[in-house]
Amino acid sequence: MPHDHEHNHIHDHSHGDQLSPSGHPYRKDQDAKLTYWQTMEIAMRELLIEKGVVTPQEITRTIEQMDRRSPADGAKVVARAWVDPGYRARLMADGTAAIAEMGFDPGALRLIAVENTDQIHNVVVCTLCSCYPRNLLGLPPDWYKQRAYRSRVVKTPRAVLREFGTELADNVQIRVHDSTADMRYLVVPARPKGTEKLDETDLAALITRDSMIGVTRLAPQK
Amino acid sequence: MGGLDAGPVVPEDQDFALWEKRVDALMVLTSAKGLFTVDGLRRCVEDMAPEDYENLGYYDRWVSSVNQNLIEAGSYSLEELARKMEQVARRGETYGDCTGS
Amino acid sequence: MKAVQASVRVKEWYPPGHVRAPFYLRGKCGKIERSLGQFGNPEQQAYGLKGDLKELLRVRFTMAEVWGTECESPDDTIEAEIYEHWLEPTNAP
Repeated sequence: MPHDHEHNHIHDHSHGDQLSPSGHPYRKDQDAKLTYWQTMEIAMRELLIEKGVVTPQEITRTIEQMDRRSPADGAKVVARAWVDPGYRARLMADGTAAIAEMGFDPGALRLIAVENTDQIHNVVVCTLCSCYPRNLLGLPPDWYKQRAYRSRVVKTPRAVLREFGTELADNVQIRVHDSTADMRYLVVPARPKGTEKLDETDLAALITRDSMIGVTRLAPQK
Repeated sequence: MGGLDAGPVVPEDQDFALWEKRVDALMVLTSAKGLFTVDGLRRCVEDMAPEDYENLGYYDRWVSSVNQNLIEAGSYSLEELARKMEQVARRGETYGDCTGS
Repeated sequence: MKAVQASVRVKEWYPPGHVRAPFYLRGKCGKIERSLGQFGNPEQQAYGLKGDLKELLRVRFTMAEVWGTECESPDDTIEAEIYEHWLEPTNAP
């Protein structure tokens, strides 16, 4: 494998004031000096298009689909599980079917939902790479993909959770889920106190991405 | 990696750059078309020299791995890749200059 | 061996190449939490080959088993998906 080339991102913003041919300012990522790997992306994309393997429309559609997915989708699933015991049971029994039932396309995603309670706290990691329920929650945050989180949460989850501001009592059992193969995991956070009168939409607005990865718990509402 | 020592987690969020989204989209599309599997993607990332793995950005590693898998699948040749990369680099200084449409 | 709650050990194999059984669990004993069905073997699929179907199992390990005295809380657990050919009964030699 060749390693004799420039690997570093060099951020050169000297072109920042220029406008693109369409008269718009370049995106931030567009005006830095071209890297080796960006060159490869452009070359790979153009070759695949020339050879008819993919079309530009497919690429655009895939990116649009990616941009549409967000933790708000997962939050809708969790809120439904909180208010509808029948749905909750179906979600716990077969996460993949349960999200499809709500209109989310699981694609190749095979989902297992795990539920936080007063006694059990679940947290999700992928120690081998960066497996994440991206078809439901969108792309994973940076820290989820980085060495610090991936190496430490399987050994000292309590210390890692503390770095997210999550302090767990000694009598709460932690279950770490390592996405080592074909399953992806959704943590169903415990419904916070003080939310008894909220409807499904308002509940969904309280549910954060980090609570569905299991690094935080949701704060009680007044 | 599980269980190895490492520093504190930095819970920051980031926006993805357009080129990163394109790498992601190319991975999704070409693997969906059966050219390689997620296992092939992971293999080529794991096979990187440790110093590369540490120094490269996440999508740098991905583009490297997707490319390797596409070469192995016969989607294009090394010669075609080299020619195209040379052509792309000549277009200008920045990603915006070189990315075409 | 594949029954839920059965005790299993992750094989202490170290072949070079693409393997989904994480290093830190090799040689460790746990209990089968559930069977996930059959999946193509990643050890073949990683190399562009068609993967033979293998049963995938979720195995639950205690922190005490995995990390010994270095663990934070012995009864906390780690669950991971392990392919059948990486598991052996705990009474195996």
